[in-house]
Parts: sequence; structure tokens; C-alpha cells
Amino acid sequence: MQRSPATAPTIARLIEAFHRLPGIGPKSAQRLAYHVLRAPRAEAEALSEALLEVKDSTRLCAVCQNITDADPCAVCLDPQRSDSTICVVEEPLDVAAIERAGVHRGRYHVLHGAISPMDGVGPEDLKVRELLSRLGDATVEEVILAMNPNLEGEATAGYLSRVIGAMGVRITRIAHGLPVGADVEYADERTLRAAMTHRVEVDREEGSD
Amino acid sequence: MPRIRPIRTEAIVLRQRPLGDADRICVLFSPTRGRIEAVAKGVRKPLSKMSGHVEPLSRGQFGLAQGRSLFVITDAQTLDPWSPLHDDVERMTEALAMAELVDRSTDAEVSSGPLYQLLRRSLESLASTQSPAAVRRWFTLRFLDQQGYQPELDACVRCRTEVGPEGNGYSAVDGGVVCPNCHGAGHGQRLTSPVFRLLRYMRRSSAQSTAQVRVDAQASAELERHLSMSLEQALDARLRSSSFAEDLARAETIGRSAVQSAAESEREEQRRAAI
Repeated sequence: MQRSPATAPTIARLIEAFHRLPGIGPKSAQRLAYHVLRAPRAEAEALSEALLEVKDSTRLCAVCQNITDADPCAVCLDPQRSDSTICVVEEPLDVAAIERAGVHRGRYHVLHGAISPMDGVGPEDLKVRELLSRLGDATVEEVILAMNPNLEGEATAGYLSRVIGAMGVRITRIAHGLPVGADVEYADERTLRAAMTHRVEVDREEGSD
Repeated sequence: MPRIRPIRTEAIVLRQRPLGDADRICVLFSPTRGRIEAVAKGVRKPLSKMSGHVEPLSRGQFGLAQGRSLFVITDAQTLDPWSPLHDDVERMTEALAMAELVDRSTDAEVSSGPLYQLLRRSLESLASTQSPAAVRRWFTLRFLDQQGYQPELDACVRCRTEVGPEGNGYSAVDGGVVCPNCHGAGHGQRLTSPVFRLLRYMRRSSAQSTAQVRVDAQASAELERHLSMSLEQALDARLRSSSFAEDLARAETIGRSAVQSAAESEREEQRRAAI
């Protein structure tokens, strides 16, 4: 990023720091930096404390590998949740998304990435061993693979299916198809094929009302 | 600056990588323009109309406009999704190895019609075959031939005498088959008669015919060894995707040994509790 001589070096440093964040362009970085500059000192202190705290007090949950500030995390400790189902996701943000939807009452496992053969990212680079160690006893009856429906997700799901399949645990994969609000006319062949393959029976009782 | 006209081209999507929050950079392989890096804007958003049309290991028709540094994909329409390559992890692994080879050996703005046709035919065969590894090995041999590293299979690469099927060696460094005399003198690795015949058959036959040849595990491993050494010699590097093929081959063993070690630790716990 080009530095203007009219910008004080300390502000320029802050702009550069914001610009390094994902999704923040040079203009947004500038706006954020000037917002911090104009904000009360307490707000700036709260921001810097929050930044340091997130680095100092978070770690990976020893069970599910999600990011947590207490180990084991709240989800792993929750007695209301079922131990018989583990939903495997690529990233911690995927856990947050599934929790928002409120559709899974079992446990989670975060892989921290996906297998990408052409980039040299293999199972050893992910939290696969930790997942397998959770499946050894008979407690877990089903593993739900909630990988992204792209090439890396397919490679990861394909690999895990082979390993977990050999362990005799039931494996399921979240359904693929059209997202809510999409247009059939723009859908690609693979999405339509998946949507057709996994079509569901329409409830007649419900439809007749 | 002169205005560059938008381009319309058919291409195979070789790979993708994320860009920013919502975009991806796609590496396309076009018969007329070679390797093209192009930005697919917004394809990581759930309602993107383009995302399914720019998936790696598919063939499509693309509209491209010159951006500041890279091309931008303006429209994309899948011509061949090659679904079996995505649904079956074994086919996918072999397809990725082919795509990686092409990705690493082609340049931008270089017409690559023959290599494009080879990749297209090979991916088509891979989508329908029962022997994915055989199709990938056929592709590897044809790729070496096309790129100027054609392994010599008719005459000894050291003394130029014509070779028969028996007692030969294979030297990736020297570029092909070594006659029994030179092999006896310590040149090349053992090349068994069935693998020698198969290599010659692969050179004159289609991918589909090659995939129908029954090859035992030992010959398969030998052929794999010779071809991958020739490939490493040509590329001066190992394919990254080949590690995943090895991981996949070990997957079931890993699963079974995880069950065994869990059972052993349970027995150990019971033993300790009894004491």
C-alpha cells in the first residue's frame, strides 16, 4: 500500500495493520483507522485489550479441536448433547454456522482445513488423528461429514469415508442441492443432479390444507 | 493503453484458490491460449450463479475480460461436468494428478491444442473407466511423448541395439529401455517382459483399450515406478498430488489399526482396574 506523506507515520502504521485483515481494502482500512483515532480512549483500549486477550487466552479444545477459552469447550461439556453423533467440519466458523441453524444436537469435530492434493495439504496436516481417537470405542454411532461441496471438501470426505468406514462407524454426508433463494435455470448440472438424486417426498396432508 | 477485446474460449478448469472473502482465482487450460489465471468474482457466496460452472476438473465455455492484473470471468457455462471425477475419490485423485502435470508444464498465451485434446480425452476416459490408475498411467506416457521426453522402447538407450521383450532394464535417467547386455553391466532397473509389452501396447492403443488390459499388482507397481521416475526426471520434481494417492491407499489400514489400538487400550484399562 502506498504511503502518503500527508499521513502521520503512526496512523499509516494502523492503516496498514487494518489493511492486512481479510476483506479490508485500503479505503476501509483508512476509515477504520480514523474511526479509532476519533473514538474515546476507552474504546481504543477495549479494542486493543480484546485483541491481546484473544491471542493470550484462546486455545484448541482437546476433544473437538474448536477454538475455546475453556478446555474442554462448552459444547463438549454440555450434558444435553448426544455423544452418539459427531459432526465433522472444516473450520471453527462452520460450527458457529451450524449452531446458528440449531439443527445438530450432537458433538463436533473441527479439522482446521481440508485436503488439497494439488497444494500438498494432506490428512497429516489436519486434525484427523484426533478424530479417529474419538471413534475407537462404541459411543459414537454416526459421523456426519459437513465438508464444503467443492473439490477439497470432496477429497476430504472421500478420504474420511475410507478411514472411518474401515472402523465400522456409520458415515453420513450433509445433502447437496439448490440453496434457498436460488434459480433452477442458473444451476449447474452437478447441483441439479444432486438435488434430483436427494429429492424428498412431499407431505400430502400438509399440501391439502 | 489499448483496449483488449474480451475473450471467449473453451477451457478445462485445472484448479482454484480463494481470493479475498468471496472470490476465487481459477486456473483454466484453453486449447488456443494455454494456461489462463482468471478471477471468478463472488463464487464463494451461496447464491452465486457461477460457482458450479467454475469447479476444477470440468470443461466449460468462458467469457474473459482483461482486469488490472488478471483476467476476470464474465460468464461461464459447463460443457462437461465429469461428475464421476468428483463423486469417486479414486478417480478424483488420478484426475488431479493429470491436472497438476498440465498446470506445471504449460505457460500462459501458448497455444496447446494437442495437450488440451490429450487431457480432455483422458478425463473423459477416466470418468467412465473401471481402472482409473491405468488411464492416468496411459496419460503419463502420452504426456511424456508430447512434451519431448518420449521414453525409448525400441532400441537400447545406451548401445542402440534393437531390444526384444526379455531381460531388459529401464533407465529413467537415460530415457528408456536398456538391452540385456547393458542391464547386465549395471544400467537401469529391471524391466519385466509383461511391463515392457504393456508399455509398447500403451503407446499404440487408446486409454480405453489400455484400461481393459488385466495387470497384476506386481506389474502395476513396476510400471508405476518406471513412469513416475521418468516423470520426475522430466519435471525435476515430484507431483504433490501423488502423496494423496499414497494416503488414500493407506486409509483403510489406518482405520483398522485405529480400532485395534482402541481395543488394546480398553483391555489395558480393564487389566489395570482388575489389579
